[in-house]
Amino acid sequence: MSELTHLTISQARAKLRGKEISAAEITEAYLSAIERANPVLNAYIVVTGDKARDMAKASDAKLAKGEGGALEGIPLGIKDLFGTEGVHTQACSHVLDGFKPRYESTVTANLWADGAVMLGKLNMDEFAMGSSNETSYYGPVVNPWRRSRLDTVVMPTTHQGDGGFVSAGGTKTARILDNAQLVPGGSSGGSASAVSAFLCAGATATDTGGSIRQPAAFTGTVGIKPTYGRCSRWGIVAFASSLDQAGPIARDVRDAAILLKSMASVDAKDTTSVDRPVPDYEAAIGKPIKGMKVGIPREYRVDGMPEEIEALWQKGIAWLKDAGAEIVDISLPHTKYALPAYYIVAPAEASSNLARYDGVRYGLRVPAKDIVDMYEKTRAAGFGREVKRRIMIGTYVLSAGYYDAYYLQAQKVRNLIKRDFETVFAAGVDVILTPATPSAAFGIADEDMAADPVKMYLNDIFTVTVNMAGLPGIAVPAGLDAKGLPLGLQLIGRPFDEETLFQTAAVIEQAAGTFQPEKWW
Amino acid sequence: MSVDLQTVKRVARLARIAVSEEDAERMTGELNTILGFVEQLNEVDVSGVEPMTSVTPMEMKKREDIVTDGNKAADIVANAPATEENFFLVPKVVE
Repeated sequence: MSELTHLTISQARAKLRGKEISAAEITEAYLSAIERANPVLNAYIVVTGDKARDMAKASDAKLAKGEGGALEGIPLGIKDLFGTEGVHTQACSHVLDGFKPRYESTVTANLWADGAVMLGKLNMDEFAMGSSNETSYYGPVVNPWRRSRLDTVVMPTTHQGDGGFVSAGGTKTARILDNAQLVPGGSSGGSASAVSAFLCAGATATDTGGSIRQPAAFTGTVGIKPTYGRCSRWGIVAFASSLDQAGPIARDVRDAAILLKSMASVDAKDTTSVDRPVPDYEAAIGKPIKGMKVGIPREYRVDGMPEEIEALWQKGIAWLKDAGAEIVDISLPHTKYALPAYYIVAPAEASSNLARYDGVRYGLRVPAKDIVDMYEKTRAAGFGREVKRRIMIGTYVLSAGYYDAYYLQAQKVRNLIKRDFETVFAAGVDVILTPATPSAAFGIADEDMAADPVKMYLNDIFTVTVNMAGLPGIAVPAGLDAKGLPLGLQLIGRPFDEETLFQTAAVIEQAAGTFQPEKWW
Repeated sequence: MSVDLQTVKRVARLARIAVSEEDAERMTGELNTILGFVEQLNEVDVSGVEPMTSVTPMEMKKREDIVTDGNKAADIVANAPATEENFFLVPKVVE
């Protein structure tokens, strides 16, 4: 059964179409993998087994008639931020207690229309606010990757029956796994962990400041945040509306391309959905990058960045150069202001979006003597610490007397950040290569980060610029650090040029290979 | 700029979040850390720069002013904590 869960989406697609395997079989394989692993990894908060079996049965009927869609019979995990009709949808917050929408988000509706099977809802940081998946009401997600060290191990002498030796003993060098539990990154930590641990073939995710790309980098998976306006935001719980975008997390570049093709659409229900046909992203994979101009922004070399990240970046540059790309040094001078500007814009939008959780129309209600008291008590009990912190910041920066100093200033800086990118793209740069994160995955309950919220925010230092400018960005695994943890590189493209990202990421993947955690769970 | 305990309590009131004395004190420290971090934006010269209103240069799509949806009262109140005959129930607002 486990081989079925190790198939990529493109492999499973071929076997399903060729009737070598059935949707029912692959779905069962995933459901039993989830049953075994989830008590340890906590990637799923709800498993929709019955629904998955029904959907798989319908897929098998379609496949039998040769009428299967682009994702027919492919089992996927869905981040809890996506509204799924009749199924638990809480953005992993207590304030949405018991909420089951009467509608389906456009992105998930697109996936079901293409034949995908829903395995369940995935854990995430509450309202997508976090970089470690530790702010979830349902507890932290565990990264299937663990640190390891090379050590000499003594091989015991073992023998079988009548003196037939299996091992003659001696010593060998092996990687010893550390027991410390690591975060999968966030906010799409459940998505990244589930994809990496073979608990779904692929997953939906969302990215407001790095929430697809950072967890992908922490788990050795591929994650793409498309251009703002490429995927409809309709039916997705809103965090910061001018930054939020949905995208997939997948095991390889091709799978990410397949998933994005189905997720993206033009949607009249989202006024920011851009009226452009969705291209065949898969067709971009394998195209040569000879002559492509790759920009290397000097501002992404930050203080305190581990040597290994710099080395990985250099390796990425070398791979693309070897493939015939032209490497050019570029400058994006306002890079360092992206994160502070984000921590004004995103909380401001969040404070407005989250005003709707008032205990009246859905979710949690804490009874109280009058209506204001009810609002205040409901919101105090329903929101976690990080969410409250951001609502407070947002409310403060939008409050009378501070709007110009904070919000307006941040939106002006945001225009400068966007202009930096426009300038380099106008100069002929096709794609920008940067590290995806300033470090590898860190430990659950890291004391430094718990003590200082800004330390946690710094995780998004390389990814947040892309959201501020509305550009597409992909994180692709590029190697392991000395402790055996995956590290990723990021490619940033022109608006709506996701094809170049897939094309270039595939070259990195070809050179670096793909990475799987050693199974301990 | 930094916030004091009174400001934090006022902002919590504006945000409709009940905070204990202890919460407010902790938040004061956290908020000041974040506000200290965003302070660096003041060093950016933004003269002549317009504030961003949209990341993609596009005209807002407008729908025709016609009824396309409705008659879903039961769906709309389905998730409410307290309802009566398709109305949301709340504590008494007017005496």
